[in-house]
Amino acid sequence: MIAAREVAERVVDPELPMLTLADLGVLRDVEVDEAGTVVVTLTPTYSGCPALTTMRDDLLRALRTAGYADSRVQVRLAPAWSSDWISPAGRAALTEAGISAPGPAPERDGPVPLLLLPTRRTARCPRCGSREVALLSEFGATACKALYRCRSCWEPFEHVKEI
Amino acid sequence: MTHDEADNPYAGLLVDDAHWAFGAGQEFRPDEDPVATAVVAPVPEGVDRTAAAAYCLMLGDDALVLAQRLSEWCGRAPDLEEDIALSNIALDLLGQARLLLARAAAIDPTLPPPLPDGSPVPPEDRLAFFREESGFRNVRMVELPVGDFAETITRILLFSTWRLALFERLAASRDSVLAALAAKGARELAYHREFAARWFVTLAGGTQESRRRLLAALGGLWPLWHELVETHPIEVEAAAQGIGVDPGSLVVDVEPVLEQVFATAQVEWPSIGALAGVRGRKGRDGCHTEALSRMLAEMQVVARAHPRGLW
Repeated sequence: MIAAREVAERVVDPELPMLTLADLGVLRDVEVDEAGTVVVTLTPTYSGCPALTTMRDDLLRALRTAGYADSRVQVRLAPAWSSDWISPAGRAALTEAGISAPGPAPERDGPVPLLLLPTRRTARCPRCGSREVALLSEFGATACKALYRCRSCWEPFEHVKEI
Repeated sequence: MTHDEADNPYAGLLVDDAHWAFGAGQEFRPDEDPVATAVVAPVPEGVDRTAAAAYCLMLGDDALVLAQRLSEWCGRAPDLEEDIALSNIALDLLGQARLLLARAAAIDPTLPPPLPDGSPVPPEDRLAFFREESGFRNVRMVELPVGDFAETITRILLFSTWRLALFERLAASRDSVLAALAAKGARELAYHREFAARWFVTLAGGTQESRRRLLAALGGLWPLWHELVETHPIEVEAAAQGIGVDPGSLVVDVEPVLEQVFATAQVEWPSIGALAGVRGRKGRDGCHTEALSRMLAEMQVVARAHPRGLW
């Protein structure tokens, strides 16, 4: 029997299937309690993440298939998920899939200052590698991504936001 | 799903789970709902449950009602990027609302309206879909009809500036769930505020028409701004118990941000007084404008027609 942690770590994100939940950093803990129940702890990327129930079902099904009949998934809100939790393997998988990986998350110390100029990032086009990129929108097809266009190859691409 | 399964579009087709919204035989397990597990922490010692639940409800209703209003832009915003941005902001607020309403119900289980036995509707949905208008505790600013793009941008700017300042302080709440969701929500609200502030400046310096509309929007919303920053008894109580924040204390954080945006946009600080309540009662007291009842009629109709979730 494969360890429950290994089973859970192989389950992929429903919206970014090139990443495992472990690579994305939302899989916080896999433990077996006294009663023998596997308890998986998730931290959602965004408050309104609509994929949580699907993640739970995917985890429970993978565990059941691996022989863990009794398992449950709980959500932990604190500390809040940060894009810094995406693993190096996860970042490589994102780039491979044409999605630009996030830079370091902003420091959180005191009130957030308001910047009225477009957010500056050192994003690279995941297709041609150019640094000549333009922000189209801070919001993309999912809450965790911004939209960019490459000024060199003119292809649009998504960038996982720093949060 | 694993990587192999994700590559196969047919994998999971015959699996009966949350992939299917209305899967036959899908067993509802309220205690296993991921959101339910996040809001069950015990209430801190000495905290009055009724007051704490009312506070969560109030903050949840602000987010729920604005999320519903912003969703009206889905498919009809000026361009695709703004359409997606507004929908994403709505989704973030809906997520905050869900956690806050679920926490309100966890603290005071008598709060959600009762439904027939066997109804699969979770507590937060009972609060959202089965409460009367007078049970909603949101400020009136969020319930007004969505208006034009300038009106929407101005509303997001005012609301997110206030709520971000609030959540930065609420992250120190004695209630662990409120503290956690505020820390999380603040990061989301920082994006909302940035989006709205940049558009505010853009519209102010755009064409005569965009500036005219922006100033009209600000003039129309300002009478309702006061309701956000004035302190309601629910907030007095929540602040006294160390679980909430007195909005009067936020002025030092909020005003410099709005001053920065107005100065950049060359817009004067409005000098319009507050919209009065009805015999002093306002949104936080359950006294709303007609717009909320119309919005709720549309938002609640399907859930109310099918309280058992079956048809």
